[in-house]
Amino acid sequence: MSLEDAFSDGPAFVPYLAAGDPDYESSLEYVEALERGGADVIELGLPFSEPIAEGPTIQNAVVRSLEGGMTPTRFFEFVEDLDVSVPLVCMTYYNLIYRYGDEPGPRPFVEKAAEVGIEGFVVPDLPAEEAGPLREACDEFGLDLVFIVAPTTRGERLDRIMEQVSGYVYVQARLGTTGAQSSVSDQTDSSLERLTDYDVPKAVGFGISDGDHAERIVASGADGIIVGSALVDIVAEGHENGDDAETVADRLETLARELEDGAVAGASQRPPHPERT
Amino acid sequence: MSADGKFGDYGGQYVPEALMPAIEELTDAYERYVLDNEDGFMDDFRARLRDFGGRPTPLQRADRLSERYDREVYLKREDLLHGGAHKLNNALGQVLLAKYMGKERIIAETGAGQHGTATAMACAHLDMPCEIYMGERDINRQRPNVFRMKLNGSEVNPVTVGRGTLKEAISETMRDWATNVEDTHYVIGSVVGPHPFPSMVRDFQSVISEEARTQAREKLGRLPDAVVACAGGGSNTMGAFAEFVDDEETALYAVEAGGSTLEVDEEAGVAPNSASLTTGSEGILHGARTRLLQDRDGQIMESHSVSSGLDYAGVGPELAHLVDTGRVTAVNVDDDAALTAFHRLSQMEGIIPALESAHAFGYLESVVGPDAPDAENADDLGEYVVVNVSGRGDKDLESAIEETYERDIDIAPNMDEFTGGL
Repeated sequence: MSLEDAFSDGPAFVPYLAAGDPDYESSLEYVEALERGGADVIELGLPFSEPIAEGPTIQNAVVRSLEGGMTPTRFFEFVEDLDVSVPLVCMTYYNLIYRYGDEPGPRPFVEKAAEVGIEGFVVPDLPAEEAGPLREACDEFGLDLVFIVAPTTRGERLDRIMEQVSGYVYVQARLGTTGAQSSVSDQTDSSLERLTDYDVPKAVGFGISDGDHAERIVASGADGIIVGSALVDIVAEGHENGDDAETVADRLETLARELEDGAVAGASQRPPHPERT
Repeated sequence: MSADGKFGDYGGQYVPEALMPAIEELTDAYERYVLDNEDGFMDDFRARLRDFGGRPTPLQRADRLSERYDREVYLKREDLLHGGAHKLNNALGQVLLAKYMGKERIIAETGAGQHGTATAMACAHLDMPCEIYMGERDINRQRPNVFRMKLNGSEVNPVTVGRGTLKEAISETMRDWATNVEDTHYVIGSVVGPHPFPSMVRDFQSVISEEARTQAREKLGRLPDAVVACAGGGSNTMGAFAEFVDDEETALYAVEAGGSTLEVDEEAGVAPNSASLTTGSEGILHGARTRLLQDRDGQIMESHSVSSGLDYAGVGPELAHLVDTGRVTAVNVDDDAALTAFHRLSQMEGIIPALESAHAFGYLESVVGPDAPDAENADDLGEYVVVNVSGRGDKDLESAIEETYERDIDIAPNMDEFTGGL
């Protein structure tokens, strides 16, 4: 299934976990639990040592995963070992994409990602201006390149991003770094408003932590929700308390279900969507 | 440099989307105020460097070193700039620019604490609120600088992730910027980061080579044969080199921190040096494509140097480009040689240099000293050498004494007299 198709049947729930957090085997179970909980797309983090766009929750996940031995090569094995059928998006920083393989540049990484069944990428430190070579490699191998649109993104910048984006656009709900929040930002509504005229699914992320958040964001027009830190918190807590992987997986599935249900409830509250052309 | 901030393949703008509008705004301000002197910005900046900073700094003949090395050795005394290091040139320029742009808050990262103290001084001088991010490990290594920042009214935020040095502090400052981008300016401390920072910081620092070039002509009636400067991120290096780049007769040496060894421990992700020009490879870090200390997967390695100001896994993209094109020669000096040079300059010239600057003198000793291990390069230095004394060593006294005590530095005074209190 393509990324865009994953958004065609009701609102999409897009959870994120760092691959290999806190260890390879448990992480496989956790990601599979997300699908059971109703995930429509899964964003899998490949940890980079300098995650400049992440808040403390995901920074710590990155540290756990790296200490558990995660590398780009192991990441591709991880994707092959995963038993999920929903599309997978790889979220990582550009240096790991750039350095993979024998030739510098993004092509070998993208080729390998396509081979193991990844559908697309989100690269938080790669703005549209520098994305040419990665976009080209994605086109060559038929992968999507998701871009982040921030509350500060307007005018020409927005056009430039929307020319290059495919799959879905990641709408950053508020300024700052990733991390669960207890309220939904007003910045979300105005960001969605700026994007109404663009014909690509809009998934809102940064700070969504429960079903009510999910409901409100979908009700205000999002085509999907992206949730990372709230799920990573469950992994972190389980790791600290020494809980067994099955218990942690059940908790992830429960929160996933709540978020998915919230998104569906939100969709029923909004006015009929104008026909997409 | 091209309009998009590329130096050959290096440079660029690899930052989160949330920062891009701020970077575009900064690029516009850089072009108008710095390059075009709009509203007399550069005149204001130069006047403040003179009255507040104490510029110009002297170009001084080092009499005993000249005798030791049998050539004319001159010192560009950036250690005499207000604050005790070249860092004020950049900090004052950027805080003033932020003021012209209407920003209301300043943030900065600091490694050795020199950039943090310079930013704190500039913020007090220009009445701007200021927060400094500093690795916890560096806070412990550089306590006097932490006190200075606080005395100037800045907040110092410890960074505890990773190893708690400059690399983590930069990442953390970028996160703050991404959160508060609308009213905040990030005063980056070196010629690193996304465009326009590498060019802008170079332009603020190039006052060093602009003065040195004129002073060198006044002293000996010609340009020097070589300019030697230490290189971490590379701001004093680019500042000391910028105006000489077109003078083909002047050789330019960037002296990196060789640390304890140039060997790399891939398994542990540790490079026990900070020699990214010498041993690094191309990659993307903190907003720019440049040369980096990284493992085979592209994970950034922990760097090391006895001098925390050089302890960084990357280097400015323009400096990397100048090394690739052969205009600048990258060399390195290990911890022991830098410490020895620290003691030598203190004893022979009455100047206690920063451990960063001591690396530049370590290089001189290694090629033209009495027992020079690299003597085959002696002729390349020529008869007339300018060394940039990027900063004074007061901030390093505690760590220099401790490090000297742990090693066998034969020219050092008897360290037992110092270490009673340790």
